[in-house]
Amino acid sequence: MDISWYLALSAILFTIGVLGVLLRRNAIVILMSIEIMLNAVNLTLVTLSQSMGDVTGQVLVFFSMSVAAAEAAIGLAIIIALFRRKLTLDVTQIHLFKY
Amino acid sequence: MVAQYLFFLLAIVAVAAALGTLLARNPVNSALWLILNLFCIAGLYLTLNAQFIAVVQVLVYAGAIMVLFLFVIMLLNLAALPPLRLIDVRRGLAFILVMGLLAEMAYIVAMAADVLPEPLPETTVQTGSAVEIAKVLFTRYALPLEMVGVLLLVATIGAVMYAKRRFV
Repeated sequence: MDISWYLALSAILFTIGVLGVLLRRNAIVILMSIEIMLNAVNLTLVTLSQSMGDVTGQVLVFFSMSVAAAEAAIGLAIIIALFRRKLTLDVTQIHLFKY
Repeated sequence: MVAQYLFFLLAIVAVAAALGTLLARNPVNSALWLILNLFCIAGLYLTLNAQFIAVVQVLVYAGAIMVLFLFVIMLLNLAALPPLRLIDVRRGLAFILVMGLLAEMAYIVAMAADVLPEPLPETTVQTGSAVEIAKVLFTRYALPLEMVGVLLLVATIGAVMYAKRRFV
């Protein structure tokens, strides 16, 4: 099966995720771009698992989704805690270690 | 043939939704575009014969994580909500038709260049069903499975600790 289309799509999605992390200033949108990147990687894993006939790739996607869920929860909790102090979601305004 | 056209449709809508997440001005719009992206990726998992992962994607990613995102956006967004806009039927219909047209053009170009994604042969081993994943998950990867359980417990405790009023 010709899997290069799926791999190209995964690369495009990963690039869009990286652009989102680098270009957006809203912390929640940055977390959402990280989710796009994780989904692109999961798509690559499932594609290669299908093409090699090995189910291990899909087990790894299962674990990756669990870790992504835990990371999203913790990231949002950190954003809430940060928001209570700084009252802003703009990551350019959060520079506590400014020299 | 339908499977190949479906791949192009899902792929183009997934890329469009990811770009929508990137470019939307309102974080709620970003979250909604991301939900569309996650559903498209679940459809792509179905074309790859990974049924279990597709269902888990819809349940966990689009069902739990995005709901969590929307709750947090709702709780933290102190700015006044923009006035409620009437749902634009023409724009929605135009979006659907243009996506279908783009997918058709991509399919025709791929067919002309003879690089269509081939459909799965019918005799492949069903590597995507829950039975196959469970066979490996509970025997060979039992230790990572238990560790993921502990990880989720730690994440829950950590999230509650971070979000409390007084840092105990």
